[in-house]
Amino acid sequence: MTSINVTVNGTEHQADVEPRLLLVHFIREDLEMTGTHIGCDTTNCGACTVLLDEAPVKSCTVFAVQADGRQVMTVEGLAQNGNLDPIQEGFREEHGLQCGFCTPGMLMTSYALLEQHADPSEGDIRKAISGNLCRCTGYVNIVKAVQYAAQKKAGG
Amino acid sequence: MIPGMFDYFAPSTLEEATRLLEQHGPDAKLLAGGHSLIPLMKLRLAAPRVLVDLNGVAGLAGIEERDGHLRIGAMTRHAQLEASELISDRYPLIADAAAVIADPLVRNRGTIGGSLAHADPAGDLASVMTALRAELVVVGPRRERTIPIDDFLVGLFTTALEPNEVLSEVRVPSPNGGSGGAYVKLERKVGDFATVAIAVQLTVRDGTCDEAGIALTSVGPTNLRARQAEDSLRGGSLDEQSLRAAADLAAQEAQPAADLRGSEEYKRDMVRVLTLRALRRALERATR
Ligand SMILES: Cc1cc2nc3c(=O)[nH]c(=O)nc-3n(C[C@H](O)[C@H](O)[C@H](O)COP(=O)(O)OP(=O)(O)OC[C@H]3O[C@@H](n4cnc5c(N)ncnc54)[C@H](O)[C@@H]3O)c2cc1C
Ligand code: FES
Ligand code: FES
Repeated sequence: MTSINVTVNGTEHQADVEPRLLLVHFIREDLEMTGTHIGCDTTNCGACTVLLDEAPVKSCTVFAVQADGRQVMTVEGLAQNGNLDPIQEGFREEHGLQCGFCTPGMLMTSYALLEQHADPSEGDIRKAISGNLCRCTGYVNIVKAVQYAAQKKAGG
Repeated sequence: MIPGMFDYFAPSTLEEATRLLEQHGPDAKLLAGGHSLIPLMKLRLAAPRVLVDLNGVAGLAGIEERDGHLRIGAMTRHAQLEASELISDRYPLIADAAAVIADPLVRNRGTIGGSLAHADPAGDLASVMTALRAELVVVGPRRERTIPIDDFLVGLFTTALEPNEVLSEVRVPSPNGGSGGAYVKLERKVGDFATVAIAVQLTVRDGTCDEAGIALTSVGPTNLRARQAEDSLRGGSLDEQSLRAAADLAAQEAQPAADLRGSEEYKRDMVRVLTLRALRRALERATR
């Protein structure tokens, strides 16, 4: 067992974990935060995307011990004081989801994009989410959802 | 899927890392971005008993130009190559490739050192470094050595690294005037490995080809240098006819195998088509 200290959505968590424990299992099973999904389990789909020190990564392909001393943000960290983040609002308003399985990953990747580029082009958005697969929507409404959030954040 | 058990070490210096490798022998493996190794461990195709994580080792990531070389630290992520202005300004071949490796999420973790050490012939950066004639700096417990890329890539998933050595830096000769490169990749979708991809680096002086580097991805047991194609261009005028002849030679030199991405015949013809496109783009960049 290895002792780790990980800050998840602003809260510090101390835990003793086996080195082979994957970050996604630490989040879902140890911390019981099941918003982060496991889709493919083979590093292909992006459903498990969380932010590790602000960069979107596939948490099924990072060990929990590698998050020791670092910041993790999951989909549960988006809403503040019961208010949805603009990116969540965008997905609701623009119908950016159908079954919702890809949505936590899509939200985290597009949240990270907007933190970096306040005013992304459609091409920027499509490129940024190209590692997150959606089997339902055809992506059109996801792009609109991100554009909605960008406008909202810009005060529009 | 759950990987097998292992002991985990997170050294903070290169010396410590090589000492751990030495101590644990072939049971130990280095962990860089983990985006080749962890999937293999989850499938239990790899089951190292010890992992030595390089992510906390100081001084292994970074991109700088010094003493006639571009130096890229082994732990530099693909996303850092993609975002570097130095690279997009002066090393278009690396910039082209960095933008098409896997997908943006993988690029946030995967490293150049891991990609080269993994030696998957479908890896993009080994072809890029072959065309650029890079040298790799390798550090062991007692010595440091520099290995030309052609000697580093030994075979399928096999390199010249000893079990106690760490790849620390990639050195690329800085371009002088009249150089240009391009990477052209055919992939079924974003995130897929190449069906075929071609790396080209050209140096042109007074209208003549001074140096040519051409390397092929996914069409052999390693990333292949298209030696005859390179030789055919050196000293010549780089007119359309000679570019076409070089592309034909590259197609002959390829060793494709049929798989779910295409037949041998299809891949060989794609080598021809993509080599011609990469040569044209590299030439345009070298002469503008
Ligand atoms: C879905 C998916 C798609 C991908 N598509 C592509 C693609 O299109 N093109 C492409 O090129 N790659 C692709 N990859 C591979 C990706 O680029 C990997 O990140 C890369 O090949 C390995 O780098 P890493 O840092 O993740 O290495 P790791 O997985 O950490 O390590 C790989 C191997 O190298 C060894 N190693 C790592 N660093 C060093 C070092 N400094 N010195 C000595 N040995 C070392 C490790 O011990 C291990 O054996 C893809 C990966 C995934 C998951
Ligand atoms: S579950 Fe991690 S990429 Fe699919
Ligand atoms: S909404 Fe179903 S996978 Fe995206």
